[in-house]
Amino acid sequence: MKKVLVLGATSAIAQATVRLLAARGASLYLVGRNAANLDAVTKDAATRGAAKVESKAVDLNDFATHEALVEGAFQALGGLDGVVLAHGVLGDQAESQATWTATEAVLRTNFMSAVSLLTPLANRFEAQKAGTMVVISSVAGDRGRQSNYVYGASKGALNVFLQGLRNRLAKANVAVVTVKPGFVDTPMTAHLPKNKLFASPEKVARGLLRAADSRKNEVYVPGIWALIMLIIKSIPESVFKKLKL
Amino acid sequence: MKSLESWGRYPQVEQRTQALTWRSDALPEVSGSVLPHGLGRSYGDSCLNGGGTLLLTSGLDKFIDFDPATGVVRCEAGVSLDMILRLGAPRGWFLPVTPGTKFVTVGGAIANDVHGKNHHCAGTFGRYVRRFELVRSDGSRRICSPDENPDWYGATIGGLGLTGLITWAEVQLKPISNPYVLQETVPLANLDEFLVVARESEADHQFTMAWVDCLARGKKVGRGLLYRGNFAPPQFDGLPLAKSHLSHGIGLAVPMDMPSFCLNRLTVSAFNWLYFHRQNGRPKQRLTHYDPFFYPLDAIYGWNRIYGRRGFLQFQCVVPYSTARDALKDILERSSRGGLPSFLSVLKTFGDIPSPGWLSFPRKGVTLAMDFANRGEKTYRLVEELDRVTREAGGAVYPAKDARMSPESFAAYFPRHTEFAGYVDPAFSSSFWRRMHPVSLPFSLESERASGAPQPQSVLALR
Ligand SMILES: Cc1cc2nc3c(=O)[nH]c(=O)nc-3n(C[C@H](O)[C@H](O)[C@H](O)COP(=O)(O)OP(=O)(O)OC[C@H]3O[C@@H](n4cnc5c(N)ncnc54)[C@H](O)[C@@H]3O)c2cc1C
Repeated sequence: MKKVLVLGATSAIAQATVRLLAARGASLYLVGRNAANLDAVTKDAATRGAAKVESKAVDLNDFATHEALVEGAFQALGGLDGVVLAHGVLGDQAESQATWTATEAVLRTNFMSAVSLLTPLANRFEAQKAGTMVVISSVAGDRGRQSNYVYGASKGALNVFLQGLRNRLAKANVAVVTVKPGFVDTPMTAHLPKNKLFASPEKVARGLLRAADSRKNEVYVPGIWALIMLIIKSIPESVFKKLKL
Repeated sequence: MKSLESWGRYPQVEQRTQALTWRSDALPEVSGSVLPHGLGRSYGDSCLNGGGTLLLTSGLDKFIDFDPATGVVRCEAGVSLDMILRLGAPRGWFLPVTPGTKFVTVGGAIANDVHGKNHHCAGTFGRYVRRFELVRSDGSRRICSPDENPDWYGATIGGLGLTGLITWAEVQLKPISNPYVLQETVPLANLDEFLVVARESEADHQFTMAWVDCLARGKKVGRGLLYRGNFAPPQFDGLPLAKSHLSHGIGLAVPMDMPSFCLNRLTVSAFNWLYFHRQNGRPKQRLTHYDPFFYPLDAIYGWNRIYGRRGFLQFQCVVPYSTARDALKDILERSSRGGLPSFLSVLKTFGDIPSPGWLSFPRKGVTLAMDFANRGEKTYRLVEELDRVTREAGGAVYPAKDARMSPESFAAYFPRHTEFAGYVDPAFSSSFWRRMHPVSLPFSLESERASGAPQPQSVLALR
């Protein structure tokens, strides 16, 4: 990935990824919601050696801007060969259970806005017969659990969408990489008590880029989550529904 | 409440933490006092805030810009010196002043106005800080430089994190022609020899410091090795660049707390003896990468854990030349007599280049730094005695390395302390600051007392 669009560039995992890409001398088009924070990430990337950095502050929940945003990124960098989609919200399970509005907000940001962005991007990448699309999903999408199934559903739907996209774009030489981090120590999880399973954003970013470089399909980062999720997925539903997970 | 330790692991206090991420954000609202915290490389209680909140600045780690033509770097306060070296060194720019570890933040380097092996020709870190932003609890943001808000600039450099939060700073780096240092090691028989050789060395060496054997007594007090060096010229003076000369420190880690019986008089003296005799009494020259030259201890990650759970106390003082010989002899002898070995002791000289910081520690004279394993009362009394000797000699003790100095000493060492107090942010405080001002307690000391923080040691403190 030499010319990369990063969606949700101010998220902790994206920031760490941007640093690694900048150190490699990539050109970057960074998108985030908060203009001041985005500016901080942009300047940091430029100082750390990015060949070129452009940025745009937009709220990705505004789907009407997506076509133009993608167009703008291609123009600014003179083409794109990589996308890192990193925006998302954790939501609040209790609120989502109480009101559809809260559920809808999670689904819109995590699933629908991703699809809305990946649609024009996929078409362009398919046409140019090149590119790597990296999407940050979550282990939570592997199985619904009472503690966060709305978030999990948004990521699960995203996973299925990406499977289809991968299937479609394989013949156009476009890689679609689904990254499934476990617990990551970021501002998004600042309120949670930490344990040994929490990985740093830097570690996740390194795993993400390794997967992108080798054009993997689905990766768990850190790798231990592949095992954990294998176990969780293989519990029979009749048992699972009685568990407090 | 989370227990975050200082580098010396003494004292242990309970405090909350709050991570900062964005430099444009307002200070978080918390009850009680706050104190910025960098990488916790200060030894005693000056980077702790028992019963209060530490504002963790490690998330403020973004660069703002770097001009490879002028060597001016602008970055957030949580950027470490290591990150600056990685950015600058390959482009021919080095830190103008660096402490003995690169794992300190720019904010921490400013707040303690750190010094390096080149104080005699470069002064302190603060001199190279061109500008910074200071955020106060009233929401105000000030750009501070020698011209803009010069009073805040002077109060904050060396200001122990008490004047507000530094969000970003602009630092002038210095050019180097390669990353290698031409280093010379000179054996020293005693303190008198140190005083002569160190002064001589200042004339044509940018970097000097001496390691001393703290257990040597009598005529041998101050026995040790003096290291001096300069960045190598581009051609290395014809010296071949042997592979072994280019190595960085090996990455070892201390995996766990070592039981404290590992460090006793016997092991320390064996170590010191070996170290000294490795040299065979002759000066030795070699070319070395900057990493092992400036940061030998960084090669052993977490070396502070060799002192075990109870941690250790560091003591660093500076005494004027006029009293240096007697005072240092007294200090070295007291520590060796007390049966409390100091594992690592370092002597060096400070020049008289003034710092802009009001509370800057370095001043012309000789500085000595020692580590003492924490053996409770005995150790505290020794360090307090050393504080008294320093004060009587007209010197000063370094707050960044202190856990025992008395409030009277602090007032004597830092004559501008009253003026400084007017610039302390009302919402900011530290365990050190409350220890120095036991009479006017802005925040409760209860939790600190309960958790074993140092008891006030002076008569004044009892009021
Ligand atoms: C192995 C070793 C060698 C050392 N050698 C030297 C040496 O040669 N010379 C020397 O001078 N020191 C030396 N030190 C001490 C060290 O350089 C200082 O204590 C330094 O200030 C630590 O920086 P830090 O980022 O870890 O800050 P901390 O220790 O976490 O904090 C130090 C102070 O800075 C304040 N602070 C931190 N960030 C900010 C901010 N953003 N805004 C405002 N205030 C802030 C804190 O409140 C605190 O008062 C050494 C330490 C070690 C462990």
